[in-house]
Amino acid sequence: MQIPYEVTARPDTGVNNAKLGIWLFLASEVMLFGGLFAAYVFLRIGADAWPGMMVYDTEMMAERADEILNVPLATLNTMILIASSVTMVMSWAALKMDRFDRYKLYMGLTILLALGFLVVKAFEYGDKFDHHWYASTNNFLGIYFVLTGLHAIHVTGGIVLNAYFWGPGTKLWKRGTPRDKAHFTNRIEVAGLYWHFVDLVWIFLFPMIYLI
Amino acid sequence: MDLPLPDDLFDLADKRVTMAEEMTLEDVRKHMKVYLWVFTSLAILTVVTVLVSYLSISFTPALLIALAIATLKATLVALYFMHLVSERQVILWVLLVSGIFLIAMFALFIGAHADQETIAALIKFLPTGHVA
Repeated sequence: MQIPYEVTARPDTGVNNAKLGIWLFLASEVMLFGGLFAAYVFLRIGADAWPGMMVYDTEMMAERADEILNVPLATLNTMILIASSVTMVMSWAALKMDRFDRYKLYMGLTILLALGFLVVKAFEYGDKFDHHWYASTNNFLGIYFVLTGLHAIHVTGGIVLNAYFWGPGTKLWKRGTPRDKAHFTNRIEVAGLYWHFVDLVWIFLFPMIYLI
Repeated sequence: MDLPLPDDLFDLADKRVTMAEEMTLEDVRKHMKVYLWVFTSLAILTVVTVLVSYLSISFTPALLIALAIATLKATLVALYFMHLVSERQVILWVLLVSGIFLIAMFALFIGAHADQETIAALIKFLPTGHVA
């Protein structure tokens, strides 16, 4: 069986295979993160105190997440991820305008911003480990590390994908035929849909974990 | 060989031209301005979310406000960055179905929690020795 590799819309679905494929994948991702968000709600409504008892030198009862987590750093990360979403969509728009130089700039910025997000996240995790706070410490930290860790894995995947399209993947565009350019632009649109989804997950994760 | 699909799917294939397909240079420039407006809105809403979290309000209203702002931000991202504002019906159906499953999953979790309380209440009425 061969799935046609085309950027033209199928007559039955009205969209090309790549786009339908990525949306079906994202639908499965909704369920993956949704399951963990549901676990978060379940843990939280069943908890006597949230975040609850933390142990560092002496025992400490935390009443709010911002006593444990670094809200300014997480806010910075939110801004970084939003900015990377804009640069991602701008890179696609640059290809639509046939401006490959601009594409390289915007896609490069997207990758740098994503790396920045991971660096900030590493500082945040490092701070927790310095306090000897791990996923096994209590339910709050357990769900915090699982949710933010899974999200960070998705960010890493996005970096690898975007780095490919910034470097070796551009060979397709450089062939110069309208068909190849259309295919490359379609790939960036599909990669962009994944990247915006990663941003979208963080938009819910940030207030749920850090602020409430 | 092409993939066989049910005939019903053909009805979902609307004939509109999506944002990602036929765009003139002028259209792209207009969209780039919209992207910058959306970015500004997202940044402002992020600051509002953080500021609201520092207000002394109880858990439930704080949760509802935070979720409302997050939903608004997610809608902006989905509509403009992910181009759902002009997307085909089949994509919207995919999202609708996953949304229904998501709500069903949350309902199962919350239902299970409510059920726990019911079971706990019922256990109190059981004769001694019948509690597992």
